[in-house]
Amino acid sequence: MKTLVLVEHDNASVKDATLSTVTAAAKLGEVHLLVAGSGCAAVADEAAKIAGVGKVHLADDAAYEHQLAENVAPLVASLMESHDAFLAPATTTGKNIAPRVAAQLDVMQISDIIGIEGDKTFTRPIYAGNAIATVESSDAKLVITVRGTAFDKAAAEGGSGTVEAVSGPGDAGTSSFVGSEIAKSERPELTSAKVIVSGGRALKDADTFKEYIFPLADKLGAGVGASRAAVDAGYVPNDFQVGQTGKIVAPEVYIAIGISGAIQHLAGMKDSKTIIAINKDEDAPIFQVADIGLVADLFKAVPELTEKL
Amino acid sequence: MKILVPVKRVIDYNVKPRVKADGTGVDLANVKMSMNPFDEIAVEEALRIKEAGKADEVVAVSVGPAKAQETLRTALAMGADRAILVQTDDEVEPLAVAKILKAIVETETPGLVILGKQAIDDDSNQTGQMLAALLGRPQGTFANTVEVDGDSVIVKREIDGGLETVKLTMPAIVTTDLRLNEPRYASLPNIMKAKSKPLDTKTPADYGVDTAPRLKTLKVAEPPVRQAGVKVADVDELVAKIKALGIA
Repeated sequence: MKTLVLVEHDNASVKDATLSTVTAAAKLGEVHLLVAGSGCAAVADEAAKIAGVGKVHLADDAAYEHQLAENVAPLVASLMESHDAFLAPATTTGKNIAPRVAAQLDVMQISDIIGIEGDKTFTRPIYAGNAIATVESSDAKLVITVRGTAFDKAAAEGGSGTVEAVSGPGDAGTSSFVGSEIAKSERPELTSAKVIVSGGRALKDADTFKEYIFPLADKLGAGVGASRAAVDAGYVPNDFQVGQTGKIVAPEVYIAIGISGAIQHLAGMKDSKTIIAINKDEDAPIFQVADIGLVADLFKAVPELTEKL
Repeated sequence: MKILVPVKRVIDYNVKPRVKADGTGVDLANVKMSMNPFDEIAVEEALRIKEAGKADEVVAVSVGPAKAQETLRTALAMGADRAILVQTDDEVEPLAVAKILKAIVETETPGLVILGKQAIDDDSNQTGQMLAALLGRPQGTFANTVEVDGDSVIVKREIDGGLETVKLTMPAIVTTDLRLNEPRYASLPNIMKAKSKPLDTKTPADYGVDTAPRLKTLKVAEPPVRQAGVKVADVDELVAKIKALGIA
């Protein structure tokens, strides 16, 4: 099977989410990549070094600079004439583009796969991760988004792919990029962090969130996450949110502070290797999944913990 | 301008789903069902655009069993003007839903279609994007704010690193994220009034759409169960445990 993987990038470097998708694609067959962007030749060169990669299709055109789905999907669809499967990371970029490709090819997309059981058989979580469905596609071509935390990352070095320029239909002329507000952070990116310290509603406000959560995260070199309640209350921006509607994470250690553990939150973190919970409510559902729990007032326990670590 | 809002009847978000013992699916018998939370946000946004004088009609549509009428009545009680139920007892995949919606869009010609970004049962996150592709129209997915500006719509989107703003030429497709708005509650008088609002019933065949699934569900299983671990007595004990994990 010939697979085409969408490279997630910012026109400067390859994002990590791509690497897990390459691992999933390699299980299906020959791996080709697509780098669609503007002034992104360096990204294609970097992508060609990913272990196991064959051809890298480089579509360098102003129309692809911000990876608008209206422009990228027709490009992917045209490349699918010579590929059997299209795989994209289940990031906001992949989720935006892939279903558009699927509809253009008249196939059903398989979203957010966590396992590959056969050439056309995949497992994926449904109902906020409360059930795992095994589905078999009857479509001629496959369109798949891949849950990054479910597959190991392919090595970023060691490959010897060849870069080949391709051109697509260009600008569909129905949409344009206006601007972006990217949250700046010195901390590890949430979806690839080994350790995550996450705070919930109990943190009270934005200042106390910063005061109690950030120093602990810094001490552990951890990424910072949040529950939806904390995001809705304005303690932190929305890209911190872990859960069914936010980011799906599976770090080595997830430390949930002042988070009750609603099913929507658990959907985003329950595959973490070790879960640690600090909550003053001993009946909080988070303790049903926590490997290590501490029933305590976070405003006392967290500073003490930060100091003693 | 008209706004079309597709809504889905799903298991209530507070209910913990139970997988059937025979592995054929999730048990929905006698389980509380509600409007998909993202769709409530879509209805609310459509109503706000109408209230701002930028739309004159809000049409709710649902594809599903006869009971999906209740979901449509909820949308009508919130303030939608009329509803269309495309009735079928089959489970309809996003691709087929998108095809049905495409046919409805072609007859209703809305300026905007506002959908939820995903249904909390199948967690697909596909229908809006597929509809946009089938219509050849632009999409503003995971919307955080929506602003109608003449014949275009400006959508601020929630993306992994933060926010992104795009400008789309209408007609356009928008899918809602949770922070777009806070949906209103339907008042009792409005619930009563909703009973007399028009609700058309159609079938997928009326639109010439084949709803046969492309994906065959071989099995539905419980996820691996996590065992509750240990509770530690104090911070010192927690520090020792964290140090033992080798992260500090």
